[in-house]
Amino acid sequence: MSKINEILKQKNEELPLSIVKRLDKMYEDGKIKNKYLEAVVDAVIDAYGKAKIEPGEGVGVIAAQSIGEPGTQMMMRTKHYAGTAMDVTRGLPRLIEIFDARKIPKTPMMTIYLKKEYNTLEKAEKLAHAIRETRIRNVMKTTRLNFLKFEVEVEIDNNELKKRGVTLSKLEKTMKEKYGDAIRFEKNLLIVKSKKKSAAALQKLKREVQDMNVSGVKGISYVVVQKEGNDYVLYTKGSNLKGVTQVKEIDFHRTKTNDILEIEKVLGIEAARNALVYETLITLKEAGLTVDPRHITLVADTMTADGVVKAIGRHGVSGDKASVLARASFEETVKHLLKAGAYGEVERLKGVVENIIVGQVIALGTGVPELILKPDLFKEKKK
Amino acid sequence: MIEVNKKIGKIKFGILSPKMIKKMAVAKIVTPDTHDTDGYPIKGGLMDPRMGVIDPGLRCRTCKSKMGDCPGHFGYIELARPVIHVGYAKYIHNILQATCSECSRVLLPQQKIDEYKKRLDNVLGGEIEFESIVKDVFKEAKKASTCPHCGAKQHKIKFEKPTTYIEGTQRLMPTDIRDRLEKIPDDDAYIFGLKPETARPEWMVLTVLPVPPVTTRPSITLETGERSEDDLTHKLVDIIRLNQRLKENIEAGAPHLIIEDQWELVQYHVTTYLDNSTTGIPVARHRSGRPLKTLKQRLKGKEGRFRNSLAGKRVDFSARTVISPDPNISIDEVGIPLEIAKEMTIPERATSINLEKLKKLVLRGDEYPGANYIIRPDGKRKKITEDNAKELAEELTVGYKVERHLVDGDIVLFNRQPSLHRMSIMAHRARVMPGRTFRLNLAVCTPYNADFDGDEMNLHVPQTEEARTEARILMQVQTQIRSPRFAGPIIGAIHDHITGLYFLTNSKFTRKEAEDILAMAGYTEEFPFNKDEIDGKELFSVFVPDNINIKFKSRDGNDVIIKDGKLVKGVIDDRAVGAMGGILLEEVLRRGGTNAARDFLNGITKLSVAYLDSKGFTTGLDDEDLPESVRKEIGEVLLKSEKKVKELVKKYKEGNLKPSKGKSVKDTLEELIMLELNKSRNAAGEIAEKYLKKDNFALTMAKTGARGSLLNITQMSACIGQQAVRGKRILRGYRGRTLPHFKKGDLGAKSRGFVKDSYKEGMDPIEFFFHAMGGRESLTDTAMRTPKSGYLQRRLINALQDILVDYSETVRDGRDVIIQYKYGEDGIDPSKSDRGTIDLERIVSDVQEGAKR
Repeated sequence: MSKINEILKQKNEELPLSIVKRLDKMYEDGKIKNKYLEAVVDAVIDAYGKAKIEPGEGVGVIAAQSIGEPGTQMMMRTKHYAGTAMDVTRGLPRLIEIFDARKIPKTPMMTIYLKKEYNTLEKAEKLAHAIRETRIRNVMKTTRLNFLKFEVEVEIDNNELKKRGVTLSKLEKTMKEKYGDAIRFEKNLLIVKSKKKSAAALQKLKREVQDMNVSGVKGISYVVVQKEGNDYVLYTKGSNLKGVTQVKEIDFHRTKTNDILEIEKVLGIEAARNALVYETLITLKEAGLTVDPRHITLVADTMTADGVVKAIGRHGVSGDKASVLARASFEETVKHLLKAGAYGEVERLKGVVENIIVGQVIALGTGVPELILKPDLFKEKKK
Repeated sequence: MIEVNKKIGKIKFGILSPKMIKKMAVAKIVTPDTHDTDGYPIKGGLMDPRMGVIDPGLRCRTCKSKMGDCPGHFGYIELARPVIHVGYAKYIHNILQATCSECSRVLLPQQKIDEYKKRLDNVLGGEIEFESIVKDVFKEAKKASTCPHCGAKQHKIKFEKPTTYIEGTQRLMPTDIRDRLEKIPDDDAYIFGLKPETARPEWMVLTVLPVPPVTTRPSITLETGERSEDDLTHKLVDIIRLNQRLKENIEAGAPHLIIEDQWELVQYHVTTYLDNSTTGIPVARHRSGRPLKTLKQRLKGKEGRFRNSLAGKRVDFSARTVISPDPNISIDEVGIPLEIAKEMTIPERATSINLEKLKKLVLRGDEYPGANYIIRPDGKRKKITEDNAKELAEELTVGYKVERHLVDGDIVLFNRQPSLHRMSIMAHRARVMPGRTFRLNLAVCTPYNADFDGDEMNLHVPQTEEARTEARILMQVQTQIRSPRFAGPIIGAIHDHITGLYFLTNSKFTRKEAEDILAMAGYTEEFPFNKDEIDGKELFSVFVPDNINIKFKSRDGNDVIIKDGKLVKGVIDDRAVGAMGGILLEEVLRRGGTNAARDFLNGITKLSVAYLDSKGFTTGLDDEDLPESVRKEIGEVLLKSEKKVKELVKKYKEGNLKPSKGKSVKDTLEELIMLELNKSRNAAGEIAEKYLKKDNFALTMAKTGARGSLLNITQMSACIGQQAVRGKRILRGYRGRTLPHFKKGDLGAKSRGFVKDSYKEGMDPIEFFFHAMGGRESLTDTAMRTPKSGYLQRRLINALQDILVDYSETVRDGRDVIIQYKYGEDGIDPSKSDRGTIDLERIVSDVQEGAKR
């Protein structure tokens, strides 16, 4: 047990871990002299007591205001990311996107770090080629449909193929895996035979063939290598966290994506919460706005409290409220009232708007404590 | 006397049954007319006097109370044939599909039904989960082709919006539907989410229509004596009329086809009565062609009942007028026009202590400071007039209340919209003064985000002792200095305050000057110096509390040292006392508390104004004057830069430009050009800055952080620089060029929106055009951003409003679910913290230094 903890235990007091740790560090560094240690701890306990949040404080509203108010000062434009040619949504649209818990962000992006042994420019660039997704449509010149034989003929562009570091034989192998004997090569012509003999099926097959993944990680359409400190970092357009786990060269622990729902799916809710906090923080920071992180963590914790990422808005946190009146006063008023009627819902008047609606004191701040006066007791005393 | 306030514990929702509708009605409405020829309401008509009073002076036939006290009473219309309730049309369709057409049981085996029932019972709250189970029930039951209970074959039921159902080829009439719904057993209805005791499925098909009380649809009498009925009344008239005709036709044994037509019409009117925005049917219109505002429209949206009348209410004892500045009042005061003070009153209870005072006020009556009303112990209000003032003053005893005029020192709430954060409503002390505007100290402009170009603000007078106490303790301006957003001061010196203090702490004064300044600054003690030359720093130190010891860097990078409340080194600027993070101000707040911070701010702002009043301060065109030689120098720099751009373009056209990583050659060129032009603009700015004199006012403002930036000065005096649209140089316009003044394919600086001139010199027409393009973008950007961020704010507030720190110090939401175990993981209130935490270094040095002394 640390020295500070000992003193605290003696005094039967408590301080947050972060403060204890900082005090410990200062003590170890000799910044606190031994003879003053106790006096310092006393002073810190006193200061902490004064700085503590008071029960009843409506911290939700404060958090909402602290994030919403600077929103009015944010810019709308998208920005180039760290000197690469990639556009990344930033500013207010990104903030809205984060709180909306959108299925797919407008500009999905990954930041990939490499394991030590692969951390060279050469290997990084090679990997960049390797993980960039190549589909047939990226490496073909033209596609023809042969309605006589019910075949799709794809003319492969050898130059493009080379550029992307894919060999014809590899292409053939992946195609064989999917279509088996239905395919054959005539020089640069890839021919796929349709099973069903109809024009519609052939059209469908054409699309399917063109979208076939030949190499790389699905969803990653573009990769740039950048040097950052001692690291070579790959920035990707498009995100596929799960797919990237299969690539042995990358350091998965440091790999990031801006797709929060993908993080939830792959790494779980705790990771999603941290991603929410991180993404909000950098969005605000890049706009040059300072917001205390506790407001952001509160929003992130609210969004993830139920074990799934819920959006801020009618399809998420607000739509899932227990109170009919709260939902009705937010959006889709009549829908909620009709539903409440059918389901026989009961309004318990616990929240803020509900009580404002019926004209009662809200359960926040000074409205929290209740005094119960028992008139009989009062009388007895009088006697 | 013990006043017991009854509290609403809960509200249960349900669907009104026909029985219930009849039971709560006071009248059966049968006549489509409202008034007879004499203008009296018809009994059994839509304005039946039993349903409430809307004429002043009359009493309600049912409850015998006067207008305003009588809430109104319902009536009912007996429908000749049942009609579908549009709001439940979709739901009815789901039920029909999920139940047997013969036996009306759910098309699921009993065991499944029980299973779903259990699942519904175990929902832990959460509307979304409940709904998804119900959805599953419908989805699964719909699939069955035969009834698992009676074995009857099921037909597909088609739903034609808004209220038509077709089974196979046969149309299902509301009567058939009602019959089927009636047969559904309670237990089966339960798994559709229905609570049969309050909401039987057949109640979704209306047989009786409630008629809302007249108080909800008052008619208006125009000056011409003409009566104009409410939209709802109009709609109800239609319903009754057609219902009547339908009834007559049925009784006369009219052909089936005609009856069905009539029925359909009744259905249409009931549908539009409930919701006049249903898709698939024509909107019901007023004679004038205006769409009728029926029930759904009354409730819905921003102007609807919920958001406009329930979640937000109009209040008494509020005032609104234009604001104007007053540097002579304290930051926690607000100047109130006398006329408003006479209208806005505070109820003061007469006690043995204040009785004499109140009597005097009552005697004065309308004459400020007087009183407007007295309230007798039984709650009766009496207006004080010249005639009865004496009488009422005599009558006044302990237990009475007097509504007295607002006087200096009363606590009022002051607000500016949009109320984006809690500092948008703060408590001030009243200062009644002549004039017609609210007056406020300039230091509180920042939290309100106010200026004086015509802004208006609102004022509220709390009416109870509790409210005033809360306002005083929790909402007063000085308690709000530190913003919870970034845990630093948001209130502070602005604009002239800062330049003033900067000059002041940079100059020396004679004794006479110093005395004058201190006196003007409102310093009332004895003159604190006994020497002939007084440093401005010493003058400033007069207002700094003695326990302040701090060292920080000012904007110019030099140290500012304050020792025992004396400014020993450095100058005061934005960093020290500015709004949004004044370091010195924060230290005063920390050491001395809220009132000390308020007094400090009052002192230094007045001091600053006093100094500027005596020395003068202005900025104008001549601040941007540059000598000819400097202008030439700038011109050369820009010319050189333009040449460089030309070279880059040449290189690009020859194909010699190497692309930078991950970019196309074109993008690389753009990037390089932007870089070059920006560099040259900055260089031009630097040259200009070098030649601007030290006492240049504009420059001083920029350097001290009072207002404006170096970029602003550069643009005014040297070069405006590159104009951008969508973050890129200007590209659009004609094919291959931006304007016909250029050759096609010209990628040079000027053709793509580089403005060489300064604002002072003025732009040429081409530059002006590009500048307007850039200017328009920023205007549209703001115009689009405001509503978007407003909506984000509304959603955030709505999602988080019920979250609070409870007595166990955990953070909980409205469902009592724990959101955080400790607020912010350390339980620290940012508005009471040092930048979000506790400044341990300071505490340690305080303890150790303090012990040494």
